[in-house]
Amino acid sequence: MEEKRGSVQAGAFEQVVLPHLDAAYNLSRWLVRNTHDAEDIVQEAYLRAFKFFGGYQGGDSRAWVLKIVRNTSYTFLEKNRPADLSEEFDEKVHTDTAEQPGAEAALLQSADTRMVRDALAELPVNFREVIVLRELEGMSYKEIAEVMGKPIGTVMSGLARGRIQLRERLLQMRPEVHGKIRTKVSNEPPNEAEEQRGLPK
Amino acid sequence: MACQNSELLLPAYFDGELDLVRNIEFEEHLKSCPLCAQQLTELQSMRSSLRSANLYERAPESLRSRIRAALPAVARPQPIPMPRRRTFEWLAVAAAILIAVILGAKVLPNIGGDKQNLIAEEIVASHIRSLQPGHLYDVESTDQHTVKPWFDGKLDFAPPVVNLADQGFPLIGGRLDYVGHRDVAALVYQRQKHLINVFVWPEDSKPAKTPEVQTIQGYNLVFWSHNSMYFCAASDLNLAELRQFAQLLER
Repeated sequence: MEEKRGSVQAGAFEQVVLPHLDAAYNLSRWLVRNTHDAEDIVQEAYLRAFKFFGGYQGGDSRAWVLKIVRNTSYTFLEKNRPADLSEEFDEKVHTDTAEQPGAEAALLQSADTRMVRDALAELPVNFREVIVLRELEGMSYKEIAEVMGKPIGTVMSGLARGRIQLRERLLQMRPEVHGKIRTKVSNEPPNEAEEQRGLPK
Repeated sequence: MACQNSELLLPAYFDGELDLVRNIEFEEHLKSCPLCAQQLTELQSMRSSLRSANLYERAPESLRSRIRAALPAVARPQPIPMPRRRTFEWLAVAAAILIAVILGAKVLPNIGGDKQNLIAEEIVASHIRSLQPGHLYDVESTDQHTVKPWFDGKLDFAPPVVNLADQGFPLIGGRLDYVGHRDVAALVYQRQKHLINVFVWPEDSKPAKTPEVQTIQGYNLVFWSHNSMYFCAASDLNLAELRQFAQLLER
Protein backbone atom coordinates (compact mmCIF):
# COMPACT_ATOMS: atom_id res chain seq x y z
CA MET A 1 0.00 0.00 0.00
CA GLU A 2 2.83 2.36 0.78
CA GLU A 3 4.52 1.53 -2.48
CA LYS A 4 1.24 2.09 -4.16
CA ARG A 5 0.91 5.47 -2.52
CA GLY A 6 4.44 6.32 -3.54
CA SER A 7 3.78 5.50 -7.16
CA VAL A 8 0.45 7.27 -7.21
CA GLN A 9 2.20 10.27 -5.75
CA ALA A 10 4.97 10.02 -8.33
CA GLY A 11 2.33 9.81 -11.07
CA ALA A 12 0.57 12.94 -9.88
CA PHE A 13 3.90 14.68 -9.48
CA GLU A 14 4.80 13.89 -13.08
CA GLN A 15 1.51 15.37 -14.21
CA VAL A 16 1.63 18.50 -12.14
CA VAL A 17 5.27 19.42 -11.70
CA LEU A 18 7.35 17.96 -14.53
CA PRO A 19 5.64 20.04 -17.25
CA HIS A 20 7.19 23.14 -15.66
CA LEU A 21 10.75 21.95 -16.08
CA ASP A 22 11.55 24.47 -18.82
CA ALA A 23 10.22 27.31 -16.69
CA ALA A 24 12.23 26.03 -13.71
CA TYR A 25 15.42 25.78 -15.71
CA ASN A 26 14.94 29.16 -17.38
CA LEU A 27 14.47 30.91 -14.05
CA SER A 28 17.41 29.23 -12.37
CA ARG A 29 19.64 29.70 -15.41
CA TRP A 30 18.97 33.45 -15.36
CA LEU A 31 19.37 33.72 -11.61
CA VAL A 32 22.72 31.94 -11.34
CA ARG A 33 23.90 32.68 -14.92
CA ASN A 34 25.53 29.32 -15.40
CA THR A 35 24.20 26.21 -17.10
CA HIS A 36 25.87 23.61 -14.86
CA ASP A 37 24.81 25.22 -11.62
CA ALA A 38 21.30 25.74 -12.97
CA GLU A 39 20.97 22.05 -13.80
CA ASP A 40 22.09 20.99 -10.33
CA ILE A 41 19.84 23.53 -8.69
CA VAL A 42 16.80 22.48 -10.70
CA GLN A 43 17.40 18.84 -9.90
CA GLU A 44 17.72 19.61 -6.21
CA ALA A 45 14.63 21.82 -6.34
CA TYR A 46 12.66 19.05 -8.03
CA LEU A 47 13.60 16.53 -5.40
CA ARG A 48 12.55 19.02 -2.74
CA ALA A 49 9.32 19.67 -4.62
CA PHE A 50 8.67 15.94 -4.65
CA LYS A 51 9.24 15.77 -0.91
CA PHE A 52 6.87 18.67 -0.27
CA PHE A 53 4.34 17.55 -2.84
CA GLY A 54 2.00 16.38 -0.12
CA GLY A 55 1.70 20.01 0.95
CA TYR A 56 0.77 21.22 -2.52
CA GLN A 57 -2.80 22.45 -2.18
CA GLY A 58 -3.69 22.57 -5.83
CA GLY A 59 -3.85 25.90 -7.62
CA ASP A 60 -1.08 27.48 -9.66
CA SER A 61 1.43 24.65 -9.95
CA ARG A 62 3.91 26.67 -12.03
CA ALA A 63 4.16 29.34 -9.35
CA TRP A 64 4.46 26.63 -6.70
CA VAL A 65 7.38 24.98 -8.51
CA LEU A 66 9.09 28.23 -9.40
CA LYS A 67 8.94 29.37 -5.79
CA ILE A 68 10.93 26.31 -4.75
CA VAL A 69 13.35 26.78 -7.66
CA ARG A 70 13.81 30.43 -6.76
CA ASN A 71 14.51 29.65 -3.11
CA THR A 72 16.96 26.91 -4.04
CA SER A 73 18.73 29.29 -6.43
CA TYR A 74 18.98 32.01 -3.80
CA THR A 75 20.34 29.56 -1.24
CA PHE A 76 22.97 28.57 -3.79
CA LEU A 77 23.92 32.20 -4.42
CA GLU A 78 24.10 33.00 -0.72
CA LYS A 79 26.44 30.09 -0.20
CA ASN A 80 28.59 30.35 -3.30
CA ARG A 81 28.33 33.84 -4.71
CA PRO A 82 27.15 36.25 -2.04
CA ALA A 83 28.49 39.16 -4.10
CA ASP A 84 25.84 38.45 -6.74
CA LEU A 85 23.17 39.28 -4.20
CA SER A 86 24.53 42.66 -3.23
CA GLU A 87 24.91 44.10 -6.72
CA GLU A 88 23.33 47.47 -6.94
CA PHE A 89 23.80 50.48 -9.00
CA ASP A 90 22.96 54.03 -9.63
CA GLU A 91 19.29 54.41 -10.21
CA LYS A 92 19.33 57.99 -11.34
CA VAL A 93 17.64 58.12 -14.65
CA HIS A 94 17.45 60.52 -17.46
CA THR A 95 14.14 60.80 -19.12
CA ASP A 96 14.74 63.83 -21.25
CA THR A 97 17.68 62.80 -23.34
CA ALA A 98 16.18 62.09 -26.70
CA GLU A 99 16.55 64.89 -29.13
CA GLN A 100 13.91 63.54 -31.44
CA PRO A 101 10.90 61.87 -29.98
CA GLY A 102 10.89 58.21 -30.81
CA ALA A 103 14.65 58.01 -31.25
CA GLU A 104 15.13 55.97 -28.11
CA ALA A 105 12.27 53.68 -28.94
CA ALA A 106 13.92 52.98 -32.26
CA LEU A 107 17.22 52.27 -30.53
CA LEU A 108 15.60 49.96 -28.02
CA GLN A 109 13.85 48.12 -30.78
CA SER A 110 17.01 47.66 -32.81
CA ALA A 111 19.09 46.27 -29.94
CA ASP A 112 20.60 43.03 -31.15
CA THR A 113 20.32 39.66 -29.45
CA ARG A 114 23.75 39.82 -27.88
CA MET A 115 23.16 43.25 -26.39
CA VAL A 116 19.81 42.33 -24.92
CA ARG A 117 21.19 39.15 -23.41
CA ASP A 118 24.13 40.98 -21.84
CA ALA A 119 21.99 43.83 -20.59
CA LEU A 120 19.59 41.44 -18.86
CA ALA A 121 22.40 39.31 -17.44
CA GLU A 122 24.05 42.39 -15.94
CA LEU A 123 20.98 43.52 -14.03
CA PRO A 124 21.06 43.02 -10.26
CA VAL A 125 19.48 39.69 -9.45
CA ASN A 126 16.30 41.05 -7.86
CA PHE A 127 15.47 43.08 -10.97
CA ARG A 128 16.63 40.35 -13.32
CA GLU A 129 14.28 37.82 -11.77
CA VAL A 130 11.21 40.01 -11.98
CA ILE A 131 11.92 40.81 -15.66
CA VAL A 132 12.51 37.14 -16.44
CA LEU A 133 9.25 36.13 -14.78
CA ARG A 134 7.27 38.88 -16.47
CA GLU A 135 8.79 39.11 -19.94
CA LEU A 136 10.14 35.61 -20.54
CA GLU A 137 7.75 33.55 -18.46
CA GLY A 138 4.76 35.83 -19.10
CA MET A 139 3.54 35.71 -15.51
CA SER A 140 1.02 38.13 -14.02
CA TYR A 141 1.94 40.40 -11.11
CA LYS A 142 0.04 38.10 -8.80
CA GLU A 143 1.87 35.01 -9.96
CA ILE A 144 5.24 36.74 -9.68
CA ALA A 145 4.35 37.85 -6.15
CA GLU A 146 3.59 34.24 -5.30
CA VAL A 147 6.90 33.01 -6.69
CA MET A 148 8.88 35.68 -4.87
CA GLY A 149 6.84 35.48 -1.68
CA LYS A 150 6.50 39.26 -1.73
CA PRO A 151 3.62 41.71 -2.01
CA ILE A 152 2.41 42.82 -5.45
CA GLY A 153 3.62 46.35 -4.72
CA THR A 154 7.17 45.05 -4.43
CA VAL A 155 6.78 43.22 -7.74
CA MET A 156 5.53 46.38 -9.45
CA SER A 157 8.30 48.59 -8.14
CA GLY A 158 10.93 45.96 -8.92
CA LEU A 159 9.60 45.64 -12.43
CA ALA A 160 9.56 49.41 -12.94
CA ARG A 161 13.11 49.81 -11.67
CA GLY A 162 14.32 46.78 -13.57
CA ARG A 163 12.89 48.13 -16.80
CA ILE A 164 14.47 51.51 -16.26
CA GLN A 165 17.84 49.91 -15.69
CA LEU A 166 17.47 47.60 -18.65
CA ARG A 167 16.56 50.55 -20.83
CA GLU A 168 19.55 52.53 -19.60
CA ARG A 169 21.87 49.64 -20.27
CA LEU A 170 20.54 49.07 -23.75
CA LEU A 171 20.93 52.71 -24.58
CA GLN A 172 24.40 52.79 -23.03
CA MET A 173 25.50 50.13 -25.42
CA ARG A 174 25.30 52.76 -28.14
CA PRO A 175 27.96 55.17 -26.92
CA GLU A 176 28.51 56.57 -30.40
CA VAL A 177 25.02 57.97 -30.33
CA HIS A 178 24.44 58.77 -26.71
CA GLY A 179 27.90 59.16 -25.26
CA LYS A 180 27.53 62.88 -24.86
CA ILE A 181 24.31 63.04 -23.03
CA ARG A 182 24.20 59.88 -21.04
CA THR A 183 25.91 59.43 -17.73
CA LYS A 184 27.60 56.19 -16.93
CA VAL A 185 25.92 53.64 -14.79
CA SER A 186 28.12 53.13 -11.79
CA ASN A 187 28.15 51.52 -8.42
CA GLU A 188 28.71 54.81 -6.67
CA PRO A 189 25.90 56.54 -4.89
CA PRO A 190 24.31 59.17 -7.09
CA ASN A 191 25.75 62.60 -6.88
CA GLU A 192 22.89 65.02 -6.99
CA ALA A 193 24.87 68.08 -7.99
CA GLU A 194 26.56 66.35 -10.87
CA GLU A 195 23.32 64.81 -11.97
CA GLN A 196 21.66 68.18 -12.10
CA ARG A 197 24.40 69.75 -14.11
CA GLY A 198 24.32 66.77 -16.42
CA LEU A 199 28.07 66.24 -16.17
CA PRO A 200 29.43 62.87 -17.07
CA LYS A 201 30.92 61.11 -14.09
CA MET B 1 7.63 66.73 -16.76
CA ALA B 2 6.55 63.33 -15.66
CA CYS B 3 2.88 62.53 -15.95
CA GLN B 4 1.53 61.17 -12.70
CA ASN B 5 -0.16 58.37 -14.58
CA SER B 6 3.08 57.13 -16.02
CA GLU B 7 4.35 55.61 -12.82
CA LEU B 8 1.54 53.28 -11.80
CA LEU B 9 -1.02 53.11 -14.55
CA LEU B 10 1.26 52.97 -17.55
CA PRO B 11 3.13 49.78 -16.57
CA ALA B 12 -0.08 48.13 -15.37
CA TYR B 13 -1.72 49.03 -18.68
CA PHE B 14 1.28 47.75 -20.60
CA ASP B 15 1.22 44.47 -18.66
CA GLY B 16 -2.51 43.98 -19.10
CA GLU B 17 -3.17 44.29 -15.38
CA LEU B 18 -5.86 46.98 -15.53
CA ASP B 19 -9.51 46.15 -15.30
CA LEU B 20 -11.72 46.96 -18.26
CA VAL B 21 -12.91 50.34 -17.01
CA ARG B 22 -9.46 51.61 -16.09
CA ASN B 23 -8.11 50.25 -19.33
CA ILE B 24 -10.54 52.35 -21.33
CA GLU B 25 -9.83 55.38 -19.16
CA PHE B 26 -6.12 55.00 -19.67
CA GLU B 27 -6.48 54.64 -23.41
CA GLU B 28 -8.37 57.93 -23.37
CA HIS B 29 -5.54 59.47 -21.39
CA LEU B 30 -2.95 58.16 -23.85
CA LYS B 31 -4.54 60.14 -26.65
CA SER B 32 -3.87 63.39 -24.87
CA CYS B 33 -0.55 62.63 -23.15
CA PRO B 34 2.41 62.46 -25.51
CA LEU B 35 4.73 61.59 -22.64
CA CYS B 36 2.84 58.46 -21.66
CA ALA B 37 2.44 57.58 -25.32
CA GLN B 38 6.17 57.87 -25.86
CA GLN B 39 7.02 55.82 -22.78
CA LEU B 40 4.56 53.18 -23.90
CA THR B 41 6.29 52.98 -27.27
CA GLU B 42 9.61 52.54 -25.49
CA LEU B 43 8.26 49.76 -23.31
CA GLN B 44 6.87 48.06 -26.38
CA SER B 45 10.18 48.40 -28.20
CA MET B 46 12.03 46.92 -25.28
CA ARG B 47 9.62 44.03 -25.05
CA SER B 48 9.94 43.29 -28.72
CA SER B 49 13.74 43.28 -28.36
CA LEU B 50 13.48 40.89 -25.44
CA ARG B 51 11.15 38.65 -27.39
CA SER B 52 13.21 38.53 -30.53
CA ALA B 53 16.41 37.83 -28.60
CA ASN B 54 15.24 34.29 -27.77
CA LEU B 55 16.32 34.52 -24.18
CA TYR B 56 14.23 31.64 -22.90
CA GLU B 57 16.51 28.84 -21.73
CA ARG B 58 14.91 25.46 -22.18
CA ALA B 59 15.87 22.56 -19.96
CA PRO B 60 18.28 20.18 -21.66
CA GLU B 61 16.85 16.73 -22.34
CA SER B 62 19.55 15.22 -20.13
CA LEU B 63 18.21 17.12 -17.12
CA ARG B 64 14.70 15.89 -17.81
CA SER B 65 15.82 12.28 -17.86
CA ARG B 66 18.04 12.77 -14.81
CA ILE B 67 15.07 14.02 -12.82
CA ARG B 68 12.74 11.33 -14.13
CA ALA B 69 15.28 8.72 -13.16
CA ALA B 70 15.67 10.16 -9.69
CA LEU B 71 11.96 10.27 -8.90
CA PRO B 72 10.95 6.64 -8.30
CA ALA B 73 14.14 6.25 -6.28
CA VAL B 74 12.90 9.01 -4.02
CA ALA B 75 9.46 7.49 -3.91
CA ARG B 76 10.64 4.23 -2.43
CA PRO B 77 12.92 5.06 0.46
CA GLN B 78 10.86 8.05 1.52
CA PRO B 79 7.24 7.42 0.80
CA ILE B 80 5.27 10.56 1.32
CA PRO B 81 4.23 10.25 4.94
CA MET B 82 1.01 8.65 3.91
CA PRO B 83 0.19 7.15 7.11
CA ARG B 84 -0.38 3.48 6.90
CA ARG B 85 -0.71 3.61 10.63
CA ARG B 86 -3.26 6.33 10.41
CA THR B 87 -5.35 4.20 8.04
CA PHE B 88 -5.26 1.40 10.54
CA GLU B 89 -6.22 3.76 13.31
CA TRP B 90 -9.21 4.85 11.31
CA LEU B 91 -10.02 1.29 10.49
CA ALA B 92 -9.75 0.42 14.14
CA VAL B 93 -12.01 3.28 15.12
CA ALA B 94 -14.48 2.38 12.39
CA ALA B 95 -14.38 -1.27 13.37
CA ALA B 96 -14.90 -0.44 17.04
CA ILE B 97 -17.91 1.68 16.22
CA LEU B 98 -19.26 -1.02 13.99
CA ILE B 99 -18.93 -3.65 16.69
CA ALA B 100 -20.56 -1.32 19.20
CA VAL B 101 -23.42 -0.74 16.77
CA ILE B 102 -23.89 -4.45 16.13
CA LEU B 103 -23.81 -5.32 19.79
CA GLY B 104 -26.00 -2.41 20.77
CA ALA B 105 -28.64 -2.35 18.11
CA LYS B 106 -28.45 -5.95 17.00
CA VAL B 107 -30.38 -5.12 13.92
CA LEU B 108 -28.87 -3.19 11.10
CA PRO B 109 -30.29 -4.33 7.80
CA ASN B 110 -27.60 -2.65 5.79
CA ILE B 111 -24.73 -4.54 7.24
CA GLY B 112 -23.88 -7.17 4.73
CA GLY B 113 -20.81 -9.26 4.07
CA ASP B 114 -17.37 -8.56 5.48
CA LYS B 115 -16.06 -7.37 2.19
CA GLN B 116 -18.66 -4.66 1.95
CA ASN B 117 -17.91 -3.47 5.47
CA LEU B 118 -14.23 -3.34 4.79
CA ILE B 119 -14.83 -1.36 1.67
CA ALA B 120 -17.17 1.02 3.45
CA GLU B 121 -14.56 1.55 6.11
CA GLU B 122 -11.83 2.05 3.56
CA ILE B 123 -13.99 4.58 1.81
CA VAL B 124 -14.61 6.50 5.00
CA ALA B 125 -10.89 6.40 5.76
CA SER B 126 -10.08 7.64 2.25
CA HIS B 127 -12.74 10.30 2.50
CA ILE B 128 -11.35 11.60 5.78
CA ARG B 129 -7.80 11.48 4.50
CA SER B 130 -8.80 13.42 1.40
CA LEU B 131 -10.02 16.22 3.64
CA GLN B 132 -6.59 16.63 5.17
CA PRO B 133 -4.65 19.46 3.54
CA GLY B 134 -3.24 18.69 0.13
CA HIS B 135 -4.92 15.34 -0.39
CA LEU B 136 -8.19 16.31 -1.98
CA TYR B 137 -7.30 16.15 -5.64
CA ASP B 138 -4.54 15.36 -8.07
CA VAL B 139 -6.27 17.30 -10.80
CA GLU B 140 -8.11 20.44 -9.86
CA SER B 141 -10.71 21.48 -12.37
CA THR B 142 -14.37 22.22 -12.70
CA ASP B 143 -14.24 21.05 -16.29
CA GLN B 144 -15.30 17.47 -16.86
CA HIS B 145 -13.32 17.52 -20.11
CA THR B 146 -10.17 18.15 -18.10
CA VAL B 147 -10.87 15.74 -15.29
CA LYS B 148 -11.94 12.77 -17.40
CA PRO B 149 -8.91 12.67 -19.72
CA TRP B 150 -6.67 13.10 -16.70
CA PHE B 151 -7.50 9.53 -15.71
CA ASP B 152 -6.39 8.21 -19.10
CA GLY B 153 -3.58 5.76 -18.67
CA LYS B 154 -3.84 5.82 -14.88
CA LEU B 155 -6.73 3.39 -14.55
CA ASP B 156 -7.84 0.30 -16.45
CA PHE B 157 -11.27 1.84 -16.95
CA ALA B 158 -12.68 5.23 -17.90
CA PRO B 159 -14.81 6.67 -15.09
CA PRO B 160 -17.84 8.68 -16.19
CA VAL B 161 -17.32 12.33 -15.23
CA VAL B 162 -20.09 14.90 -15.28
CA ASN B 163 -20.26 18.32 -13.77
CA LEU B 164 -23.44 18.96 -11.82
CA ALA B 165 -22.78 22.63 -11.17
CA ASP B 166 -26.17 23.60 -12.59
CA GLN B 167 -27.84 21.30 -10.09
CA GLY B 168 -25.86 22.75 -7.20
CA PHE B 169 -23.15 20.08 -7.03
CA PRO B 170 -20.13 21.54 -8.84
CA LEU B 171 -17.30 19.21 -9.78
CA ILE B 172 -14.03 20.51 -8.33
CA GLY B 173 -11.47 17.86 -9.15
CA GLY B 174 -10.40 14.26 -9.18
CA ARG B 175 -7.67 11.99 -7.93
CA LEU B 176 -6.53 8.42 -7.91
CA ASP B 177 -7.40 6.43 -4.84
CA TYR B 178 -7.10 2.87 -3.67
CA VAL B 179 -10.09 0.95 -2.36
CA GLY B 180 -10.79 -2.77 -2.12
CA HIS B 181 -7.31 -3.68 -3.36
CA ARG B 182 -7.61 -1.80 -6.58
CA ASP B 183 -7.04 1.62 -8.10
CA VAL B 184 -10.23 3.61 -8.23
CA ALA B 185 -11.22 7.02 -9.48
CA ALA B 186 -12.24 9.55 -6.86
CA LEU B 187 -14.25 12.51 -8.11
CA VAL B 188 -14.65 15.47 -5.84
CA TYR B 189 -17.85 17.50 -5.79
CA GLN B 190 -19.02 20.27 -3.59
CA ARG B 191 -22.39 21.07 -2.04
CA GLN B 192 -22.15 24.45 -0.37
CA LYS B 193 -19.52 23.81 2.32
CA HIS B 194 -19.75 20.04 2.12
CA LEU B 195 -17.34 18.00 0.09
CA ILE B 196 -18.46 14.82 -1.62
CA ASN B 197 -16.09 12.11 -2.77
CA VAL B 198 -17.44 9.79 -5.42
CA PHE B 199 -15.43 6.60 -5.71
CA VAL B 200 -15.86 4.77 -9.01
CA TRP B 201 -14.66 1.40 -10.18
CA PRO B 202 -15.90 -1.34 -12.51
CA GLU B 203 -18.90 -3.26 -11.30
CA ASP B 204 -17.27 -6.66 -11.72
CA SER B 205 -15.05 -6.04 -8.72
CA LYS B 206 -17.76 -4.73 -6.46
CA PRO B 207 -18.57 -6.59 -3.25
CA ALA B 208 -21.19 -9.32 -3.43
CA LYS B 209 -23.63 -7.89 -0.93
CA THR B 210 -24.30 -4.28 -1.47
CA PRO B 211 -26.41 -2.05 0.72
CA GLU B 212 -27.67 1.22 -0.63
CA VAL B 213 -26.71 3.43 2.22
CA GLN B 214 -24.51 3.27 5.25
CA THR B 215 -23.41 5.68 7.94
CA ILE B 216 -20.00 5.37 9.52
CA GLN B 217 -18.54 7.88 11.97
CA GLY B 218 -21.15 10.39 10.97
CA TYR B 219 -20.29 10.11 7.28
CA ASN B 220 -23.02 9.03 4.91
CA LEU B 221 -22.29 6.60 2.14
CA VAL B 222 -24.55 5.91 -0.81
CA PHE B 223 -23.77 2.98 -3.09
CA TRP B 224 -25.13 2.22 -6.52
CA SER B 225 -24.32 0.57 -9.83
CA HIS B 226 -24.81 2.14 -13.21
CA ASN B 227 -23.63 1.24 -16.70
CA SER B 228 -21.38 -1.52 -15.33
CA MET B 229 -19.66 0.87 -12.95
CA TYR B 230 -19.94 0.76 -9.18
CA PHE B 231 -20.22 4.03 -7.31
CA CYS B 232 -19.97 5.16 -3.74
CA ALA B 233 -20.61 8.75 -2.71
CA ALA B 234 -19.19 9.68 0.70
CA SER B 235 -19.89 12.92 2.50
CA ASP B 236 -20.93 14.60 5.71
CA LEU B 237 -23.84 15.94 3.69
CA ASN B 238 -27.27 14.81 4.92
CA LEU B 239 -28.52 11.57 3.49
CA ALA B 240 -31.45 13.07 1.59
CA GLU B 241 -29.27 15.43 -0.39
CA LEU B 242 -26.60 12.83 -0.92
CA ARG B 243 -29.22 10.50 -2.39
CA GLN B 244 -30.48 13.26 -4.61
CA PHE B 245 -26.91 13.80 -5.79
CA ALA B 246 -26.55 10.08 -6.51
CA GLN B 247 -29.73 10.15 -8.59
CA LEU B 248 -28.46 13.10 -10.57
CA LEU B 249 -25.24 11.25 -11.32
CA GLU B 250 -27.16 8.20 -12.48
CA ARG B 251 -28.90 10.11 -15.21
